[in-house]
Amino acid sequence: MAHELPYIAAIDEAITLEMQRDDTVLYFGQNMATTENEPYVDAFGKDRVRVTPISETAEIGMAVGAALAGFRPVVELYMAEFMLVAMDQVLNEAPRFRSMSGGQVKVPLVLKAGYGFTAGWAGQHTGTISSLFMGVPGLKVVVPSTAADAKGLMATAIRDDNPVVYLHHYLLTLEHGEVPDGEYLVPFGQAAIRREGGDVTIVATGWMVDRALGAAERLAAEGIQAEVIDPRTLAPLDTQTILESVDKTGRLVLVDQATRHASVASVIAGEVAEYGFSSLKAPIVQVTALDATIPYSEPLEAWVLPNEDKIVAAVQQVLGTAPVTA
Amino acid sequence: MKASPLDGEQALRLLATMWRIRLFEERVGQLKRADDVHGLVHLSTGQEGVAAAVCSQLRDDDPVYSGHRAHGHAIAKGAPLDRLMAELMGRDGGLCRGLGGSMHVVDVEHGFMGATGVVGGNIPIALGSALAARRLGRDSVAVVFFGDGAVQAGQFNETVNLATLWRLPLILVCENNGFAEFTPRSAHTNVERVSDVVAPYDVERDTVDGNDVVAVWDAFGRYLASARGGRGPFLLECLTYRLGGHYEGDPGKYREALAAADWQAKDPILRLQRHGIAQGWFAADVLPALESEAAEAVEQAVRFGRESPFPPVELIEAMVYADA
Repeated sequence: MAHELPYIAAIDEAITLEMQRDDTVLYFGQNMATTENEPYVDAFGKDRVRVTPISETAEIGMAVGAALAGFRPVVELYMAEFMLVAMDQVLNEAPRFRSMSGGQVKVPLVLKAGYGFTAGWAGQHTGTISSLFMGVPGLKVVVPSTAADAKGLMATAIRDDNPVVYLHHYLLTLEHGEVPDGEYLVPFGQAAIRREGGDVTIVATGWMVDRALGAAERLAAEGIQAEVIDPRTLAPLDTQTILESVDKTGRLVLVDQATRHASVASVIAGEVAEYGFSSLKAPIVQVTALDATIPYSEPLEAWVLPNEDKIVAAVQQVLGTAPVTA
Repeated sequence: MKASPLDGEQALRLLATMWRIRLFEERVGQLKRADDVHGLVHLSTGQEGVAAAVCSQLRDDDPVYSGHRAHGHAIAKGAPLDRLMAELMGRDGGLCRGLGGSMHVVDVEHGFMGATGVVGGNIPIALGSALAARRLGRDSVAVVFFGDGAVQAGQFNETVNLATLWRLPLILVCENNGFAEFTPRSAHTNVERVSDVVAPYDVERDTVDGNDVVAVWDAFGRYLASARGGRGPFLLECLTYRLGGHYEGDPGKYREALAAADWQAKDPILRLQRHGIAQGWFAADVLPALESEAAEAVEQAVRFGRESPFPPVELIEAMVYADA
């Protein structure tokens, strides 16, 4: 059975279910639990749900220490960029501890943060900085694009024995979707094929998945059938599903809200160029944000981002059907 | 729980520990110069008194963290010399199977939760250990060693704030050797005493002569007894002296060498030996055996390290993720 929920509520449902199921799950962050009426405090008490000062380094470091002692902390960071304040903990302490100790410890924790809030939030709150995390051995990186995945990936993240960066897209916050009831786990490292098609493969993550599906509908009207793949987790990355699709279609368009030179698109392009070159009938095209800080001004903000028009044009380019411009 | 004053038996135990640290590190310095120890090492010669007086009072279930100058803390906490030496030599028999090295030594069995190569990087992690102890309802106490250089870093201040706000059983032990790496304290802060930095938080704190093992023992013992009873945090600043450079091979051009006679007066081992004899705790003739037993254990550790194979390359990827 399933029920309909907004994306953000699906995340909360997963955290709540995991906290009910497992007493070692802790939840802390800024501005949480500031009143007696917060649902998490009501349900789990102020010992498990803690409000912290604006101290990202201490919050994440403390999560590492608690994880070493057997807890499963979820740290509410709100904005992915706030992790930049605490990069030593995120990149150089939490994910390396297990390896550097020769396997003596494990560090199960979840760093929950929103990203990509391109709705006038300007330069420091709108970035898609997932590639900073996906290149760090020991970290897992999750980017749900639907309400069901938001729930299932959060539950899996909490149960994972490694540090997981859970990146929810702010523009999906109120998007509704069908969410399975009760316990629901989405495995890491398994891409979802959101739409099947034989002419071109489009890979997209997060908010870009819906843009890619919109472009695919427009292309279908032209008789072009696009396959749309959502990797769902960036680390581990399911390159196998992408390679199999490219083997079928021979053409690949990569859509990523990140800047071109720090994107999962460039990583996938490298993998396909190396392992799927003989399948390709045309060069890979990447549709990414410009290598620029997201501008505040609304038309400029839209200009730097991928959109349906750019995806349609990229597909036409790889198919050699692009309209000839004078 | 009350702290017990240092007695003759404990003093001999501390001396044995300090000799093990001193001779282990001197040997590591030689092995580094001979390239048997492959990487960067930071030695604590001159600071052994703090490690011994603090760690000897702790249990295996008291998590201890240290910075990049960590060999002494690991040894005092119970890390076996042979597996520590093998770790520094990058061997499979090392505590971390050769994957961590000097700056990342971890010995979970003895509650040594790790060194860090980033100054101050694990101070908030120790805070998490203290939070966990509280949540588990245990009387274990988290201890983190750091130098005076870490005090100007944000991690320290964020940790002190949260530890005091939540009254967690954490003891912050600052080894103030007057140098943050190569820079004297006066060049990077106007606050001379680390214990003054935390004054506004009303942390219970003290500054002691870190080369006076009795003073460190007493001050730390008091804080430990309180922390076992559920109080905290505490800050103990130990003024000490790093006899060598920041790292092994440091030419040390930024300071003058200490005169031999001045070092005789400061050396925590010699001081405790003189003190113990004056107190009538032991006779001078029992002391040489402590040094020679430590020397023998160190040589045994070197043999163990040399005989241990390098780790298999398969280990590298197997250690990246916990479920690999």
